[in-house]
Amino acid sequence: MSFFSKLKEGLNKTRKGITDKIDDLFNNYGEIDDELFDELEEILIMADVGMSTSMKLIEKLREELKVRKIKDSSEIKAVFKDVVKMILNENNNVPFAVGDEPTIIMVIGVNGVGKTTSIGKIAHSLKSEGKKVLIAAGDTFRAAAIDQLMIWGERVGVGVIHQSEGSDPAAVIFDAVQAAKARKVDVLICDTAGRLHNKVNLMNELAKVFRVIEREYPEAKKEVLLVLDATTGQNAVQQAKVFNEAAEISGIVLTKLDGTAKGGVVLAINSELNIPVKLIGVGEGIEDLQRFDAHDFVEALLN
Amino acid sequence: MVFESLADRLQNAFSNLRGKGKLNEKDVKEAMREVKLALLEADVNYKVVKDFVKTVTDRAIGEDVLKSLTPGQQVIKIVNEELTNLMGKTQSKIEYASQSPTILMMAGLQGAGKTTTCGKLGHLLKKAGKRPLLVACDIYRPAAIKQLQVVGEKLDLPVFTMGDKVSPVDIAKASIEHAKKYNNDLVILDTAGRLHIDETLMAELIDIKAAVDPKEILLVLDAMTGQDAVNVAEHFNTQLEINGVILTKLDGDTRGGAALSVRSVTGKPIKFVGMGEKLTDLEEFYPDRMASRILGMGDVLSLIEKA
Ligand SMILES: Nc1nc2c(ncn2[C@@H]2O[C@H](COP(=O)(O)OP(=O)(O)OP(=O)(O)O)[C@@H](O)[C@H]2O)c(=O)[nH]1
Ligand SMILES: Nc1nc2c(ncn2[C@@H]2O[C@H](COP(=O)(O)OP(=O)(O)OP(=O)(O)O)[C@@H](O)[C@H]2O)c(=O)[nH]1
Ligand SMILES: [Mg+2]
Ligand SMILES: [Mg+2]
Repeated sequence: MSFFSKLKEGLNKTRKGITDKIDDLFNNYGEIDDELFDELEEILIMADVGMSTSMKLIEKLREELKVRKIKDSSEIKAVFKDVVKMILNENNNVPFAVGDEPTIIMVIGVNGVGKTTSIGKIAHSLKSEGKKVLIAAGDTFRAAAIDQLMIWGERVGVGVIHQSEGSDPAAVIFDAVQAAKARKVDVLICDTAGRLHNKVNLMNELAKVFRVIEREYPEAKKEVLLVLDATTGQNAVQQAKVFNEAAEISGIVLTKLDGTAKGGVVLAINSELNIPVKLIGVGEGIEDLQRFDAHDFVEALLN
Repeated sequence: MVFESLADRLQNAFSNLRGKGKLNEKDVKEAMREVKLALLEADVNYKVVKDFVKTVTDRAIGEDVLKSLTPGQQVIKIVNEELTNLMGKTQSKIEYASQSPTILMMAGLQGAGKTTTCGKLGHLLKKAGKRPLLVACDIYRPAAIKQLQVVGEKLDLPVFTMGDKVSPVDIAKASIEHAKKYNNDLVILDTAGRLHIDETLMAELIDIKAAVDPKEILLVLDAMTGQDAVNVAEHFNTQLEINGVILTKLDGDTRGGAALSVRSVTGKPIKFVGMGEKLTDLEEFYPDRMASRILGMGDVLSLIEKA
């Protein structure tokens, strides 16, 4: 199956909600008036785009409509799509890829968003590309987090460096980095414990782990992936902000898009924080991961 | 923060109206836009916000708000009262069955906090004199059973499992026999996370319900949930008829508008809130605190007292 049709399948339910409504709206209106924009605002907010980003989108849409001298509502949809794509593309949405140099991927985020599962999927995807992958069990806190990751390691067929529950995460990562060097792996993916961004001590713990990586493997390319649950509302923006202060996030993994949540928070984060979305999760299986593509995403969302 | 506090915004909106007598609809409208913004920023569902704003507008117009020197605070008071009303009364109680054991079933989306909450609730009710048994009905998630076992061990609570090759319905049934035999008067079923639109997995919960007739089915919901909270709650409630909600991860900085959304679409009480990852971090739910939180005003009560 092509990426596009798979993405569409994954986004099917997501699409239903938002696009039916937008289609209804645009086709049943004649002349463009304020009420139409109000209704568009409602649709966007219901999709978790958030108030400020919705207003920004609508403002841009109004400008574009003026520039293109469009008067009839049936033509709005195409313009609106362009506007959304503009927001997504403004922020250099380079697709997720691992090059030839050794790479360390840190996976971070709040509790239960899908970090460990995404690591399994990413490891599988990279291994299928022929990369030599190693995983580090940096969540030493949550009950059976290590067992969960080891099951994923077995499923994928890659090694997992771990210590026992309760040990120092920085020490686990230290071990893993040494193992990655010794085994000459291409990619080391580090799991971390879920942590709420407002817990200073836990964020400091994360910073310590980053320092270990930087010190022990300066020549490796670093990729920091923030995992966000698409079901999350406006708090996701705050999560992205605070995690981004602790470590420069290179990309977002947006999970659980197979539900009915619209994932509109992507637009808010893209427009407010310039952090590209790189991967999306569309299920619990090993294959349920897609590379994010702004064009395809908007097409699938609005077509 | 982009937005100043709702309290400040409301007072600004009313500053030029002081001493004008009764409020008319136009006066109230501007203030209500601020209320609407605050609620939407807090992730309260759009439709719920619309209804709510209408209720508050009607009330504010009818009252002598402007006779007060601080009309903004008067409106906050109305907003807070209505919000607290909507949130329901304090109901952090678990109903016990007349015949032992009482069976509780956790349900919810993936990663909401069900397994952790099973432990927390077991611990809380053990302190209240119960003898809980935790039951591992999640046969899908990698290491879900082990997770519940670790939780049980930490709390010194027994955990019933039959591995991941037996159907959750059979596990649930067998656990009741086990509970009777070992004198456990409370059975807490942990179930796998599932999407509300996953028909197969929702049918599984319906089957468990039919097989063991739980006294309470509790929807475990992440407090950070956005607009989709109403969809989730509605689906779980229509298919399972839930008895209440447990709101998790309130130790974060989310405003938690999902609480209001879920409460207003299901009418079911929020019974407990999860306030951390530790197994003791489960607290009673206070509607008034939640109202202040959603409005983004920790100090709303003191403001109102001055009004
Ligand atoms: N439907 C769906 N479920 C997912 C997806 N990604 C992860 N999950 C599920 O979400 C739940 C939590 O996933 P985990 O990978 O354990 O999340 P985590 O972020 O590692 O959690 P903590 O380590 O506890 O913070 C599990 O039940 C996963 O199967 C997705 O894309 N879609
Ligand atoms: N900060 C915080 N974390 C919580 C709370 N409740 C649960 N968690 C965390 O959320 C994550 C998911 O919790 P689980 O109990 O595994 O969630 P679940 O609903 O059983 O997940 P699945 O079985 O995969 O559907 C874990 O990291 C928990 O430690 C809470 O009240 N506060
Ligand atoms: Mg994890
Ligand atoms: Mg669980």
